[in-house]
Amino acid sequence: MRRAVLIAIPYVWLLALFLVPFFIVLKISLSDTALAIPPYTPTLDLSAGWTGIKEFFSQLDLENYVWLTEDDLYWKAYLSSVKIAFISTFLTLLVGYPIAYGMARAPQEWRPTLMMLVILPFWTSFLIRVYAWMGILSNEGYLNQILLWTGIISTPLTILNTSTAVYIGIVYTYLPFMILPIYSALERMDGSLIEAAEDLGCSRLQAFWLVTIPLSKPGIIAGCFLVMIPVIGEFVIPSLLGGSGTLMIGKVLWEEFFSNRDWPVASAVAIVLLLILVIPIVLFQRNQQKQAEAEG
Amino acid sequence: MNRLSWFNTVSLTLGFAFLYIPMIILIIFSFNESKLVTVWAGFSTKWYGELLRNEAFLDAAWVTIRVAVFSSTLATILGTAAAYVLVRSGRFFGRTLFSGMIYAPLVMPEVITGLSLLLLFIGIGLDRGILTIVLAHTTFSMCFVSVVVSSRLITFDRSLEEAALDLGCSPAQAFRLVTLPIIAPAVISGWLLAFTLSLDDLVIASFTSGPSATTLPIKIFSAVRLGVSPEINALSTIMIAVVTVGVITASLVTKRAMVRQQQDEMAAARTE
Repeated sequence: MRRAVLIAIPYVWLLALFLVPFFIVLKISLSDTALAIPPYTPTLDLSAGWTGIKEFFSQLDLENYVWLTEDDLYWKAYLSSVKIAFISTFLTLLVGYPIAYGMARAPQEWRPTLMMLVILPFWTSFLIRVYAWMGILSNEGYLNQILLWTGIISTPLTILNTSTAVYIGIVYTYLPFMILPIYSALERMDGSLIEAAEDLGCSRLQAFWLVTIPLSKPGIIAGCFLVMIPVIGEFVIPSLLGGSGTLMIGKVLWEEFFSNRDWPVASAVAIVLLLILVIPIVLFQRNQQKQAEAEG
Repeated sequence: MNRLSWFNTVSLTLGFAFLYIPMIILIIFSFNESKLVTVWAGFSTKWYGELLRNEAFLDAAWVTIRVAVFSSTLATILGTAAAYVLVRSGRFFGRTLFSGMIYAPLVMPEVITGLSLLLLFIGIGLDRGILTIVLAHTTFSMCFVSVVVSSRLITFDRSLEEAALDLGCSPAQAFRLVTLPIIAPAVISGWLLAFTLSLDDLVIASFTSGPSATTLPIKIFSAVRLGVSPEINALSTIMIAVVTVGVITASLVTKRAMVRQQQDEMAAARTE
């Protein structure tokens, strides 16, 4: 009896505030836009009984999804979100791997401190960390000031409001998600394996490529997914650092909802975004499971 | 092997410089006299004064703190219960759905979570305000809490609980007297995680807040969209300082708890 109550409380909470809302989004994505409050039709009228329910379902259609394929804004935004996610994940890996490697090779007594230094930015506000780059990258920003002062450039570079700024922002804010899994894979690695490879005639670089990289693969895969999945739906970074040229689907959804007030289309955008995310999420879960089995 | 090679030294130095320089610049320029954030005109704390007189920001900060306290406490209770159910309860009807619902919000894009909750609140006619933000934050952060707590519960020696039951404890007593003290560090870090997630959240709060309640991230976001301002630099500095002090204190406390636990275990081993 007690057990049933214990299960029921979080269960009912999640049903009411996670699953039901999801079905509402699905339903509204199949509805029509209307000048009403709420701004869509049909609304379910239970008082009309069975005919009301039949009427309700007969009015649902895929019109909004057809609309998504007709206006190139949407599929361009999906494609460019995926592209930005891929490129920035790769860049984050390039920046994060050497840091994780350095941490794993650092003396034992430094490691907790280094770990803490990586986690600390993760606890500070995401918004503030993105904001910090606005001051650095703008035309009169600190980066341009330094570059002009040292004479490397003679006219200020335009970085803010371009895709470059978006990449910098993503690499910066998601870096801890990449470093931590790679670090934990590298830290467990047995150093004698490298010595064995070197004894067997590998150069340092060969040993790194043939031994260290394959052994850190689970960490690399986990880190890449942890960065890529949230970046696809990212909203804050493209709206603060990107310009009108950077198209990301999270931003499109936001504007569709708040500026155009087109709820059915915004819902359809959300459902398609979820469908795109299902693939990497399933792959990620498989990877985690395999890893757990290998360890268990 | 115990010395860092030059390559590792360089990559660590550059890496940490990349992580910290932007925030350090932000902090330095929050003490800038000039209204222009990119030109240094001497040391001043006037922007902190301006900030303390800005009622819109103070109101938003107060809303944010209240939301974070309520939602992280609720999320900790619900998340701990969910973790306990997942680790201990074996099979029950709809278990797969339940664990799916626990993990799904972790990977769900915030724009979708926000949109779906807003549509729910409108559907049931709930006015948007502090209550709706608390409900939304509790929902997504309870999942983080339950992941943190369940990882601790999995490694937990179950025979301790059974011993308590054999010695005449009721299940509730066994939970309160044995299980809870042992999983306490995970519960506390779960609460802290939920608290910071709530403080930090912009997207979900934007969807679920109404005109009657605005949180600090929403205020910052709308101010920042217009460009960089010294007031926001000051506000950011305060937030960075609070988090840094909080995280360092928390890590010292858990370190101390760990040392004490180790000592206890060693003492127990000796008496055996």
